[in-house]
Amino acid sequence: MTTFRSRRSFVKVGIIGALMLGSAGGIYRLMRPSSPAGKFVLEGSGAAALVAIIPIMLKGAIEPGPAATAQATERVVGAIAGLPLSTQKEIQDLFGLLSFGPTRRLLAGVPDTWHDARGDDIANFLNSWRNHRIGMLQSAYAALHDLIIGSWYTNEATWSAIGYPGPIKELV
Amino acid sequence: MATSIPITTTITDPIAAGLAAGWNVIDAARLTSDRIIEADVVIIGTGAGGGVTAETLTLAGLKVLLIEEGALKSSRDFKMREADAYPTLYQESAARKTKDKAINILQGRTVGGSTTVNWTSSFRTPDGTLDHWRTHYGLKNYSAATLDPWFAMMERRLSIGAWTIPPNENNDLLKRGAAQLGIPAAAILRNVKGCWNLGYCGMGCPTNAKQSMLVTTIPSALSKGATLLTHTRADKLVFVGDRVDSLTCSAIDASGLQPTGHRIVIRARHFVVAGGAINSPALLLRSRAPNSNGLLGKRTFLHPTVISAALFKQAVNGFSGAPQTIYSDHFMQTQAIDGPMGYKLEAPPLHPLLFSTTMQGFGVQHAEMMKQFAHTHALLALLRDGFHPESIGGSVQLSQDGAALLDYPTTDFMWDGVRRAMLSMAEIQFAGGAQSVYPVHEQATGYSTWASAKKAIAGLPFKPMQTRVVSAHVMGGCGMSDDVGLGVVGSDGRYHGVRNLSVHDGSLFPTSIGANPQLSVYGIAAMLSSGLARSLTGKVAPELVPT
Repeated sequence: MTTFRSRRSFVKVGIIGALMLGSAGGIYRLMRPSSPAGKFVLEGSGAAALVAIIPIMLKGAIEPGPAATAQATERVVGAIAGLPLSTQKEIQDLFGLLSFGPTRRLLAGVPDTWHDARGDDIANFLNSWRNHRIGMLQSAYAALHDLIIGSWYTNEATWSAIGYPGPIKELV
Repeated sequence: MATSIPITTTITDPIAAGLAAGWNVIDAARLTSDRIIEADVVIIGTGAGGGVTAETLTLAGLKVLLIEEGALKSSRDFKMREADAYPTLYQESAARKTKDKAINILQGRTVGGSTTVNWTSSFRTPDGTLDHWRTHYGLKNYSAATLDPWFAMMERRLSIGAWTIPPNENNDLLKRGAAQLGIPAAAILRNVKGCWNLGYCGMGCPTNAKQSMLVTTIPSALSKGATLLTHTRADKLVFVGDRVDSLTCSAIDASGLQPTGHRIVIRARHFVVAGGAINSPALLLRSRAPNSNGLLGKRTFLHPTVISAALFKQAVNGFSGAPQTIYSDHFMQTQAIDGPMGYKLEAPPLHPLLFSTTMQGFGVQHAEMMKQFAHTHALLALLRDGFHPESIGGSVQLSQDGAALLDYPTTDFMWDGVRRAMLSMAEIQFAGGAQSVYPVHEQATGYSTWASAKKAIAGLPFKPMQTRVVSAHVMGGCGMSDDVGLGVVGSDGRYHGVRNLSVHDGSLFPTSIGANPQLSVYGIAAMLSSGLARSLTGKVAPELVPT
């Protein structure tokens, strides 16, 4: 399995990682300008992380290239905007964790910046969090899964590929 | 397929008509100053419990005020799109979660509450559940004999009856697969009138066929003088001695996400809490309501629900046609009600967002599964929690900002039920002709034979976040018992130790129901409201009749 390398690095950093997990989001929040009324804002390396993760999460469903990724990114941001502000803050912290170099390397096991990250490293990261023994990382994977995949399939343009005719036109 | 379709303009919108006729509806998002409002009775929540209570008390001649945190939406807003429906009609965009995020909870947050978005399944409270309540909680009036007239009244009121159109393929597969194995399955009664068989109940009924609170009891109450406050969050009941003096509320902005800063104070003779089994206990906890036995917010039940998907050669089109029209209670009855967890089997509607997020994995494997969407069938098993000593449910807590948070620890006792349910669903799906079965679990894949699925399910580690667990039925937290040591409220719904406070929603239930709970809430709320009306007016309350 290709996940072996990252699994091993996870064992090494488990404790440190768990400790950092609590603080990285807070550090990130201190470092960035405050958003209006606690709403989620996608910016800088958080945006780079999402742009890097989307094509891996949606591989086989999304056209390669920046245009489709930009559209998917917009849908994720739209989905987050409908969540309670306390949840938006948690997602902000998750992106803080992914943005911050040390936590990206230690917790996500992605050595390069998101802009330069290899697809295999991103897939390994997603798989490790998906089955991680730290519940918070499992739920972070689940959040990325649901936000990216769920918002993607609300897009009418995806429906013909999955054989979904959509609601009857007469009532829409 | 080319059936004639009535033109859109023939769908009358009772909400638009009522507003035009001058209903007293205040959208608090638009308030430009603080308000003080008085009523005989204030009802917090407009779902199954609040709706029935509002109609009963209004018909009894009382001045009723309804409080709803969500917006007033109606058929003209219901466009059958998940991207619009979930943020506007559900608690937390349909992504409300338990504290450890291991269970996703679907609950309505709109006028009509969950009844506006539920899948219309209607069951009277099972006899076994009532027997358990009488034996363990001293609820001697809770027998079929006492409750049947109330269920019958609500069935007439809400057009609950047999669904005579053949089930869609997704449901028929449950019927056929179960029949192959000699497992009994039956038809589900539905609360619909002139249903178009579209399959979009979960996004708000676009044709007003579903007889939710939104189109029945609430319009009836409003047309007879009740007042409805929307975008209004109940913050705190203010206690003076053994009475509730007032309710303080915050106006919420049109996005539904944050307070506008305006406050509303409500004074009333009587207060009815009906915000659902997460928000009701949370309001009472925030208000520091009497809690000498420590049971407030405890014993919250979810009918934890797990899913098994299956691929078929033929098109299933699980998005089309009435959802949940066939069920099997076989596995409710294979063991004692207080033995290992029983489970009810149903076939849910499949729509792209809900389905794609439910299915595990990502990348090519997930994309390939999605390409088979129209050929995918799904079963769900809802587990009956709260009957065995090891099934104590969860507890409602308050987060730092005072919001409701449900802690529902999962147990090996529950996971044992989950494993058996996964096995039963896979076996039925193969018996119905499935080419492959996908138990929804992060470490599972598709299995092409019953033998391989059986072996795999036996070996899967069942624990939080590995299996997708969902819930659409939140119950308990203000359990009933006339024994003040065993319940938060009495069998009449009156809060122990407070003279003018009642609870009228699913939080009353001392266990889960063991069936989709809407009719249980309707029937019990009708009985309790009738009693409340009599005690407040001194007269017998009128019966609810179809309008």
